[in-house]
Amino acid sequence: MESTTELPVSLLPNHGSWLRYLSFSLDHKVVGIQYLVTGFLFYLVGGVLAGMIRTELATPISDYISREVYNEVLTMHGTIMIFLWIVPVVNGAFGNYLIPFYVGARDMAFPRLNAVAFWMIPPAGLLLIASFFIGGASQSGWTAYPPLSLRTPALGQLIWIFSVLLLGGSSILGGINFIVTILKLRRPGLKMMQLPMYCWAMLGTSVLVVLSTPVLAGTLVMLAFDIVAHTGFFNPTIGGNAVVYQHLFWFYSHPAVYIMVLPAFGLVSEILPVHARKPLFGYTTMVYSILAIVFLGLIVWAHHMFTSGTPPWMRLFFTIATSFIAVPTGIKFFNWLATLWGGKIALNSAILFACAFIVNFVLGGITGVALAQVPFDIHVHDTYFVVAHFHYIVYGGTVFIIFSAIYHWYPKFTGRMLNEPLGVFHFVLTFVGFNLCFGPQHWLGMNGMPRRVSEYDPQFTLMNQISSVGALLMALSTLPFLINVIHSAWHGRLAGDNPWRALTPEWLTSSPPPVENWAGPAPHVEHPYGYGLVETTP
Amino acid sequence: MITFLVSVGLILIGLVVGQRVDMLPLQASVNAPVYDELFRVLFSIGTMLFLGIIGLLLYSLVRFRRQAGDFGDGAAVEGNLPLEIVWTAIPAVVVLFVGLYSYNIYERMGGMAPLADHSVMHSMPASDPGSGDRVWGGISTVSGESADLTVDVTALQFAFIFHYPTGNITSGELHVPEGEKVELRMKANDVIHAFWVPQFRIKQDIIPGQPTVLTFTANRPGTYPIICAELCGPYHGGMRTSVVVHDRGDFDQWLTKNTPPVT
Repeated sequence: MESTTELPVSLLPNHGSWLRYLSFSLDHKVVGIQYLVTGFLFYLVGGVLAGMIRTELATPISDYISREVYNEVLTMHGTIMIFLWIVPVVNGAFGNYLIPFYVGARDMAFPRLNAVAFWMIPPAGLLLIASFFIGGASQSGWTAYPPLSLRTPALGQLIWIFSVLLLGGSSILGGINFIVTILKLRRPGLKMMQLPMYCWAMLGTSVLVVLSTPVLAGTLVMLAFDIVAHTGFFNPTIGGNAVVYQHLFWFYSHPAVYIMVLPAFGLVSEILPVHARKPLFGYTTMVYSILAIVFLGLIVWAHHMFTSGTPPWMRLFFTIATSFIAVPTGIKFFNWLATLWGGKIALNSAILFACAFIVNFVLGGITGVALAQVPFDIHVHDTYFVVAHFHYIVYGGTVFIIFSAIYHWYPKFTGRMLNEPLGVFHFVLTFVGFNLCFGPQHWLGMNGMPRRVSEYDPQFTLMNQISSVGALLMALSTLPFLINVIHSAWHGRLAGDNPWRALTPEWLTSSPPPVENWAGPAPHVEHPYGYGLVETTP
Repeated sequence: MITFLVSVGLILIGLVVGQRVDMLPLQASVNAPVYDELFRVLFSIGTMLFLGIIGLLLYSLVRFRRQAGDFGDGAAVEGNLPLEIVWTAIPAVVVLFVGLYSYNIYERMGGMAPLADHSVMHSMPASDPGSGDRVWGGISTVSGESADLTVDVTALQFAFIFHYPTGNITSGELHVPEGEKVELRMKANDVIHAFWVPQFRIKQDIIPGQPTVLTFTANRPGTYPIICAELCGPYHGGMRTSVVVHDRGDFDQWLTKNTPPVT
């Protein structure tokens, strides 16, 4: 079963040197860190673009960058944040690092495929950024709705399509790898229902990736044909149908939200029990709610299209299906609260970010159920209300969990602790900045500010300026974080192997772990959440 | 007992907050009060859930925080089936209620009209330029009745053009009479746009190759913004105009004044 992992250590390129992080490494831990660092660099790029958007919107007139560049910036902000930061990090980085540990394997099922999947990302990302400088990036938004995307400058749009195809391909390769690893590489005797919750989350996510990403790929190829070969799939002037594109696009891009959110649900299920010193509450219902979210996530896409001339019966079907996602999601949140209840909670940076995730996501979930209701959605669709809702889910939700996970697993990655006061400072800045930035946008949307505009009615100036100040705080919050992770890598307090006294298998080895994860045989962990049931050494 | 009191308190707070919340723009159409009723109910429920969950979270963080030097574990509770059933049931009931309620709202807004009655589709004359075989319905205010006023809307980068078949008026602004059902027959020739009047609480995309209809009844004289809500190019943010709601007399005056003389 572990034949693929029995490579001699000497075959691993640049073993032990920092250069291995720049190599075609077959070590899942190196690949995980590659994803994490690359993703974070793109997060900084996407953040600069967000800063440009908020600078433009600090005044009601379009006066900072040209209108064309503004549309390029908002398109690239969305594309980079989704495809180069959140999806690769929450899936690729933590998935590659943790999944082999969790199933008791010494690497992923297909280490070479894994390295290929990672190395598709930097060229795609660099190509996207380069498109700014060679004739201009795509201007049609990350949704690239035709006919607009057929009429904006073709080169930028084609580069965008090519990059997203590369990133989607990388994502599919990763998804297949996760599915095979989780299903086939478990150490003998390890049952599915004994796996840490992140495995289930990644299994569900990977199923979504493998089912829906090819649809996006096909759609984008058709769009490229419309641009290059003047076919008429989506071009109404020669008989095409622009709404069909929206169906195909959202068939991927709604599940994409779960591709960004489910792994975060998995990570928070790992983090809370460790720092609350309690078993994960309701393991079985957690597993079934993940499966329910995967199923429902595939049949809700048209709720993005309530104003696209969608017939009433379809509007109703998608309202009902979407609303019901609140049920399995609600179960997960109640179970996390029950996990905290009666625990001995260490109030550190990891748990603060995780709890803030609960706060933000509950708010984003409530606005989500509201948005699912056709009559409610019709007024606020394509407004700043949706921008606020979406950022509460993917930033307030997933990005907060990425930070929580970094505070939690940094000692595992490096063998050193992060500085705790700096971490709390980072948390406070991020939490305050985030809510200042996106809270007022709910009001803006309901009162008449559409999304994707570079100018707006002067009555919205104050709220926009509050929002921009929040964005500035979010930008500043990156500084204590960067100082912390860089400084601590050399000067942080030594962590020891298991500073949190955690029970999941990645902690039952040295920190950082050896190339083949454990010096001896993989430990058999029957109770990954057995706090209070299993002896833990203080 | 405490649980019961806290729950009752939460429900009361939710109801009060929901009734008092004032976050939406002026109501200027028959749809708007219906919409705002839905908003209040959703806001009430949202407040209850949000405060309940956040309260529970903050209470846990304070009450169950680790004391210095305590390296023990919490209670080894792995689950509680009745409890889990309860909190599966709570969101299920809430979602069912919200779904049924919003269906009711949707029907009152006339959203089901094209399904119940094909008058909206039939009211499109076959000779309408640019219309295909099929017409895509938006929300209509009064189901089953034909409109008092029909206006053809053409959206293009970056303007709306309104054409009144009766009187043959072409205008960059939309003028409508108060209290009468207006039907907009909308088409676009370049890219997708959207017609949005926040004070009417209605929005409908205008899609090339696929004419759409939108009906509404304005009931408050005044001037309100018409905003394009779908990214349509560099000047998307500037694609806006006004709808002027007149009382009947003023509207007739406007019609006569702007009708081009017959030659």
